[in-house]
Parts: sequence; C-alpha cells; structure tokens
Amino acid sequence: MPDVTYEPVIGLEIHVQLKTRTKMFCGCELSFGEQPNTRTCPVCLGLPGTLPVVNAEAVHYGLMIGLALGCELAPRSIFHRKNYFYPDLPKGYQVSQYDIPLARDGKLGDVRIHRVHLEEDAAKLVHAGASGRIHSAEASVVDFNRGGTPLVEIVSEPDIRSAAEAAEWLRLLRVTLRQLGVSDVNMEEGSLRCDANVSLRPRGEATLGVKTELKNMNSFRFIERGVEAEIERQEAILRDGGRIEQETLHYDVRSGAISSLRSKEEAHDYRYFPEPDLVPVVPTEQMVERARAAIPELPADRAERLGRELGLPTDQAKLLAFRTDLGDFYERALAAADGGDPRAIANWTCNELMATLGDGREPGDSKLTPEALATLVAMVVAKDVSQSAAKEVLARLVAEGGDPAAIVESSGLGRADEGELAAIVDRAMADQADAVEKVRAGNDKAIGAIVGAIMRETKGRADGGEVQRLIRERL
Amino acid sequence: MSDVVDLTAAAAAERVRAGELSPRELWDAYRARAAADELNAFLWLADEAPEVSVDAPLGGVPLAVKDLFCTAGVPSAAASRILEGYRPPYSATAVERLTGAGAPMLGKTNMDEFAMGSSNENSAFGPVENPWDRSKVPGGSSGGSAAAVAAGLAPWAIGTDTGGSIRQPAALCGIVGLKPTYGSVSRYGMIAFASSLDQAGPLTRDVTDAALLLRHMVGRDDCDSTSTGHPEQIALPSAERLDGLRFGVPPELTGDGLEPGVRAVFEATLERIEQLGGTVREVGLPHSGHAISAYYVIAPAEASANLARFDGVRYGHRAAADDGLRSLYEQTREEGFGTEVKRRIMLGTYALSSGYYDAYYGRAQRVRTKIADDFRTAFESVDLIVTPTSPTVAFGLGERTDDPLAMYLSDVLTVPMSLAGIPAISTPGGLSDGLPVGIQLAGPAYSENRILDAAHALELATGFEGERARA
Amino acid sequence: MIDREQVLHVARLARLRLDEGEVEAMTGELSSVLDHIEKIGELDLDDVAPTTHVVALENVLRPDEPRPSLARDAALAEAPDSDGSGFRVPSPGA
Ligand SMILES: [Mg+2]
Ligand SMILES: [Zn+2]
Repeated sequence: MPDVTYEPVIGLEIHVQLKTRTKMFCGCELSFGEQPNTRTCPVCLGLPGTLPVVNAEAVHYGLMIGLALGCELAPRSIFHRKNYFYPDLPKGYQVSQYDIPLARDGKLGDVRIHRVHLEEDAAKLVHAGASGRIHSAEASVVDFNRGGTPLVEIVSEPDIRSAAEAAEWLRLLRVTLRQLGVSDVNMEEGSLRCDANVSLRPRGEATLGVKTELKNMNSFRFIERGVEAEIERQEAILRDGGRIEQETLHYDVRSGAISSLRSKEEAHDYRYFPEPDLVPVVPTEQMVERARAAIPELPADRAERLGRELGLPTDQAKLLAFRTDLGDFYERALAAADGGDPRAIANWTCNELMATLGDGREPGDSKLTPEALATLVAMVVAKDVSQSAAKEVLARLVAEGGDPAAIVESSGLGRADEGELAAIVDRAMADQADAVEKVRAGNDKAIGAIVGAIMRETKGRADGGEVQRLIRERL
Repeated sequence: MSDVVDLTAAAAAERVRAGELSPRELWDAYRARAAADELNAFLWLADEAPEVSVDAPLGGVPLAVKDLFCTAGVPSAAASRILEGYRPPYSATAVERLTGAGAPMLGKTNMDEFAMGSSNENSAFGPVENPWDRSKVPGGSSGGSAAAVAAGLAPWAIGTDTGGSIRQPAALCGIVGLKPTYGSVSRYGMIAFASSLDQAGPLTRDVTDAALLLRHMVGRDDCDSTSTGHPEQIALPSAERLDGLRFGVPPELTGDGLEPGVRAVFEATLERIEQLGGTVREVGLPHSGHAISAYYVIAPAEASANLARFDGVRYGHRAAADDGLRSLYEQTREEGFGTEVKRRIMLGTYALSSGYYDAYYGRAQRVRTKIADDFRTAFESVDLIVTPTSPTVAFGLGERTDDPLAMYLSDVLTVPMSLAGIPAISTPGGLSDGLPVGIQLAGPAYSENRILDAAHALELATGFEGERARA
Repeated sequence: MIDREQVLHVARLARLRLDEGEVEAMTGELSSVLDHIEKIGELDLDDVAPTTHVVALENVLRPDEPRPSLARDAALAEAPDSDGSGFRVPSPGA
C-alpha cells in the first residue's frame, strides 16, 4: 500500500470548577478538603421534594468566560436533565445545559471554541476496600461535598493538530481563566479537567476519521503523553489496515497504556429533556455589561501589546504575559524607569531575575522592588556597573532589598576609574612579560592570561572590552 | 363534641378566635375521630396537640396532610415502600406556611403511590374506602385527604393535583377541592411526580374553607424557581348570584363519555347557573381530545427522572443485593416500587429514549401548547368553563385495576386544565344513586377569586348534604 | 406498539428488574396505552412551539451567599449503609 502520512485531529473538552462561594443550585459552601459529607444540604443530597435555584455568580462567571473566549452569548439558554444512574449523582440526573448553551462560537489563540455551558459537578466516590455489608464485593463511599459545585464546560473545535499543540493551547486557556479569576484552574486538584477527542486522517483529506475520547488527564505532561500515545495507537491500527472504534479511553500514567473505559450507562442513552424545575437564563444588558467590565487584559492580548508597543521578542512577551506576576513586575519597573530601555529591563526580568529567583518563586516573594530593578538596569546601561557586578547586586537586592547605588557604593562594586585601571594594567603586563611577548609574536590567545589577571584583581569591577583596549594600547 | 365536628373549618376558626372554643377541644375531637379511622385514610397521626395562639388566622383548626408532603421528623413516604419509614430533615413550604398560620398537622393521609393513580388503590399501604359507600374508591391520588374530610376525620386537608388528583377525589367524596394556578403555591418539599404539572391545593368541606386555606398556602418561595405567588389576596367568597358571569361548556368534554347520572346532575347545574343570573354557552376546546395522550407522555417522562433518585444509596429502602451496583439498583427499585409506578417509569423512559423523543415527548409538548391556546381563546368569550369533574361517580374497588388505559381515561375532564396550568375547582353538584357528582369550574390563570365566588354561589343554591358521609 | 425486546431495554435503562410475568403484562399494557397516545401523530404541529413551562418566568437567580449545611450525622441519618463518614455502595464495575 502507498505510504500515507496521517494527520492528527484533536479537540479538547475542559471542565472548570468555578470559584463561587456556594454551589450551583444550593447555598452550601464549596468544599476544600473538609471532612466528607460536611458540606451538604437537602438540595445537593437530592432529597425528595427539593428543588434547584441557580447561583447568580455562576452565571456571571459563565458570561465572563463566554465573552473572554470571544463567544456569542445565547439570548436565552435553558437547562436540561442528563439521565444516568451512578452513586456520585444524587438525583439520577445531572442538570446541564444541552441544546442551548450559555455561549458558543468563540476563539482562543488559533483554536475555535464550539460551546461554553454551565452544569453541576458530581460527588466523589472513594474506594473503601472490602465492605462489611456487601460481602464478596468491593465497596466505595460517596462524599457529597463536591457534588453540585458549579462547572463550566468548554468544548473546542477539532482545530488542534498535535499533542504538543494541545498542551500548549490548554496552557493558554488556563492562564486566561486564571486571569479572569473565575477558577483555581488547578489540574492536580481537579478544578481544571481535560478530555481529548482524537482522530487521524490521511494528510490532505478533509473528512474526519473515527474519534476516540481520552478521559481525565490530570496534568499537562499526561495530556501531551496521553494524546501522543493515542495518536501512535491509532496510526498503528490504521497502518495494518484496521479500523478505529469509537470509544472512551483511559490513559494509564504509570504504564503509559491506553485501555477502554466501560461507560457509566453502557446503553449510552441519556434521555435529555428540559429541566422543568428551572426557568430560562436570559442575559440582560446589565448582566452582560457587568461581565464585560469584570474582564481584565487577557494574556494573549498582553503578549501582543508587549511585542507591538515595546518591541519585545515573542517568547519574552509570552513569558511576561503568561506569568502575570512577572509581567506585572516588569511593567512596574518599566514605569519607574521612565524612559528606560524596555528591552534591557525585559532581559533582566526574564533572564537574570528569573534565574536568581529560581523555580516556583515570584518577584513578590523577594525583597527586590520594581524601582530598584529599574535603577540597577539604568546603571548597567550607563556602564556605572559591570554586568557581572550588577548580578551580585541583584542577588543582594533579592535577598535583602535596599538601594542598588548604595550597595554598589558600600561594597565597592562600582567600576574602577581610568587611572586606577591603567595602573593595574601596567602592573599586570610587567608581571606577565612572557605572555606579552607571545602576543607580540602574534599568539593573540595569550592576551587572555593578562586580561584574566586584571579581572581577578578588579573583582569584576572592570569591563573586559575596556581592559583589552588598554592592553593593546601598550603593546 | 359532635357539634364541634359539624362546624366548618372557617366557622371553627372563628369560634376559637372569638374565645368560644378552645383549640384543645377541637384537636381532641378530631384526633379521636382520626384515631378511629376505618377507611385507611391516615398513614400517621400526631399524638400531641401543638401549642397554637388563639388569634392565629387559622385558629388551631387541625390539618390533614397528604403523605406526598415532606414533614420534618415525621414519616413522609408518598405511600411508597421505597420510602417506608423515611423521616425528612425539613418540611415542605406549603406545610410550614399553614402550620405557621395556626393549622397544626393532625396526620399524614393515604394516597396513590407517588400520586400515580385515580383510585387510591396504588398505595403501598392499602386502598382507602369511600365514606359514601365503603365498597367504592375515594378517587385519587389524594384519596386519603378527600375521604378524611368527607368523613369528618379532619376539618380540612391539603393534597396535590398533577392531572386531577385533588379535584377528582373531591368529586367522588362529595367535598370541595381546588387546584390553584401552577406556580402560585410553592412545590418545595412536595415529593415530585411531574414537576411541570404538580400543584398543591386545599380539600375542604365547603368553598369558604377552601378559600381560607388557599389564602395561607399561596406565596412566592425563594426555594422554588417556578413559584410566582399570587397577584391578589385570596378573598373569602360572598357571592350569592352569578349575574353577568359567562359560563362556557366545551362539547369535546361533555359528550358521550358522561355517565347518565353525572349528565343529569351536570344539566341541573347548568339550569341552576342560569337561575342565578349566569349565562351558559358552548365554547370549543378543539385539542382537549388529545390532552390524555399528551399528559401520559409528559407526566411519566418527568416522573421517570424524578424517581431516579430512589436508588437505595442515601435514604429509603435498599435491597440486600450482594452482586454489585446494578443489581443493588434493580433489586431496590424492583422491591420498592409498585406496579403502576413501574409502568409509568417505563412509559416515560421509553418516551424520552433516543429515537422516540420527537415522536412522543416533543409532540406532547406541542400539543400542550395547543391546549393552552384553546383555553386562552375560550376565555376571550367566557369567564369560566364548566364541566363535570369526573365522567363517572365513585367506582367499585378493584373495578378498573386491571385496565390501566381505562383508569387513565377517567382523568379526561381534569387533565386539560393541568396541562394549561390554570386553576380549577371541584364542588359538589348533587348525588347520582346516592353517590356524589362533582362540578368543575375552571378560569384563566390567577382567577381563583372569581372561581371561588362562583362556586360559593352555586354551593348555596345546591344545598348539598355532605353531612351524610360524616354519620 | 412496543415489543418484548424494547420493554427489556427500557427496563435496563430505568434500572427496573421485571420478572417474566411483568414483562408480559408491561408489553401488552404499554402497547395499548401507546396506541392511544400515538393519535397525537395525526395533528399538524410543525410550527407549534413546545411548552416546557406554563409560567413566564426567567432569570430566577440566587445571590451567591452561603447557607448552613447539614451536620454530617443529619446528612447520614437515613443512609441504609453508612460508614460514619459517607454513604457506602458496591464499587461501580465491581
Ligand atoms: Mg459535562
Ligand atoms: Zn447543598
């Protein structure tokens, strides 16, 4: 058979737990590791006779997300009941938006958004080992603290073409949601959960292949690996003439194996119908305006602005935009520097400062102020302090804070002046007579020994280029 | 003591407030009669006479509550095995309002399981007998409440009406029953049967009692997203005439289907209406012939989801299944639900299942629209619609149990109003072979005051002798 | 009209275990009810909007304000099988 190359087609389904105070349909506070079943009420336990009432803030957050993702807001959206039996589903149905979602048809980065809708989270099933009551069967215990937590489900169009792209786009989505302040977006804790729909098609073909759904990968690394593994699995099947089965799959992090999940309702018939206990959500002018006003500058826009207005290289602009802490520190330093060189300050923020801080620390964790960084960078640009000396000063500013000029002064890190340097150069050339000879004889490398000696003596207060110039004058 | 029982609830409340009657005496009289219940109308009785301030609007007149209402710490099983012994941690809003207004709960009344039935024969705790003839059914699903009030075991009661479950038993037991406009009474704490249709209302000895009880039931509730409250206060009816009121008779509902005895009482009522100054004319409800079909899709569909929570995990009955989750679910529900409940869950699940939704649920919702439009049009030319409440008088126990369709069809006169969400009352129109015949008056949404006034005038002119059932 | 296989399928969906007799009875009874219901197929409903609510309400929303939750003992009070911390069930798939 001709050797075709396959193109992966990937779409993501993301569930985001909203950071409201209370649950989607009842007044129970959201739970953060409380004792099991201490955050429940008749409504979220699904007791007979209880009724749901929609949390206004969840709708507000939903509208913010819809707008931030450039979606069209539904003039009138309704809730449905999604029916299936499972112990983590107290009513026997999940209340979720089905045929008319809150928002649809948006775009984030290069990926189109299919829909954004509101729903309620399920409870937690905790495996409990062999049970006393149900002999010969394993038992689980249901904790309803999480049950009813507001969720926004975001479904992308199948616009992603590689595992790496998928992880990259999910990162963009996460910083965007974090910037909106609507969720903790923590994958390990489950406030951001991602499923991937993966299919392959011969490159150049338009029709989509049969897709599989890869469930709940709880870190960016696993998403990238999982999708990669699924692409390889499908390609292998297609290569030896097999057919892909439409199914839901689980990626095992440890073994890297992909296995088929038995679906909750093997008959897969959710019998959706409009939730008669709720009335439509009809976003008013006021609601939409309030949502719009609550949206800050989003990472994608900030990166674009830093590139356009300040001429920062793309990767630096992205770093500063996606790491809000770094970006905010940078822009404050730039403001303090007024007229200072944006590129130089960006370099010091993205390279020197990042390195000095090390992993996981934010500028806010250090004693360094944006003003101090601005001053220090200005001194470097003015050659009042050498690169290497400035790094020492930065280290001390991060550790102890203070004023850069003062530190330079007190620790004599300022640059050696002409006369002092000339004297040192003369002395060094006298001590290294043989090196001097070699250079004269044309072995230019030998100059390094002289320079090194001088740098050692000036403890980095001299500028390497300057030193070379002085030596050559004297040859 | 029996003279206390001869008082209507409103009259008793008046006496209490006037200091001529002690709530205690009232309580003891009814508590004793309820305890001697031979009709199986009650499933649970309160022992203690609760403290009631004598100037509370409902004057301490005890209230019988359908078992469908959740009542804190008190068995609330909707007459189902699957909830046998279940004691909720909270009370239904309607019950809270009434007890708060001074009507202490006397007991919980029998009903068709989960309100699914028209004869009260679907109770897991046995059928209820009709006090007019103990070989007959009291109607359903609020059969226990209707029988208790008719027999004077309770001064008044509340029930719920999804397709006729207040009006039809009221008719078959010779008392007054009112289904309010959908949304005017909170559904919070009513164990759900069909959420878009369920509505709580009074079952009482006369129209004035119904008005008084309803006045303290209606109101917007933050716990029920579909609750609207009532735009006007429910007034105690005073009308003695019907001058200027236009009554519409829909031929679609008053044709061949009616039993001769029922037709006779209905025709006598139409004459009475004219004698009282009202006018009677024909008015069409062209789609009402399809109401039963739409109803028996929509109600079971909603019920199939509402009853999914009964899975043996958090409360209620749980089977001793030992081979996994599915068998725990299936065995629990097999043991916990009665035949009619299973039948409706099956019907509703089928109507919603993939491939059938459009043909059944989708179409039924559109028929519902047509039926609501029919009424809207009708009320442009008439003020009220009048029909019998039930095509027959009380039928024999066991007579229809093996023919579900026949049982369903007996709701033909009450279901259209439920689908339209409009208020309707059933008030006694007379007797046929010694059994009560109910007359139904329906009006536009929130026209309860108009309906109560008209029913009051008819009641005065009819002079129905309900006391016979209390003997 | 509904046949035996459909009855069994629907029963599985609804988590109802029916014995032979019930399957027989259901098939007959549901069929006669469905035959009656199917009369609505005759109506022309093409441009008729479905009615989900008879009430004309919209945006019935609740302020995001916490209300007290149940004490755990109260939450578990009616549990048929509790381990003191939660509701015990056979593990799915077990
Ligand atoms: Mg979802
Ligand atoms: Zn809750």
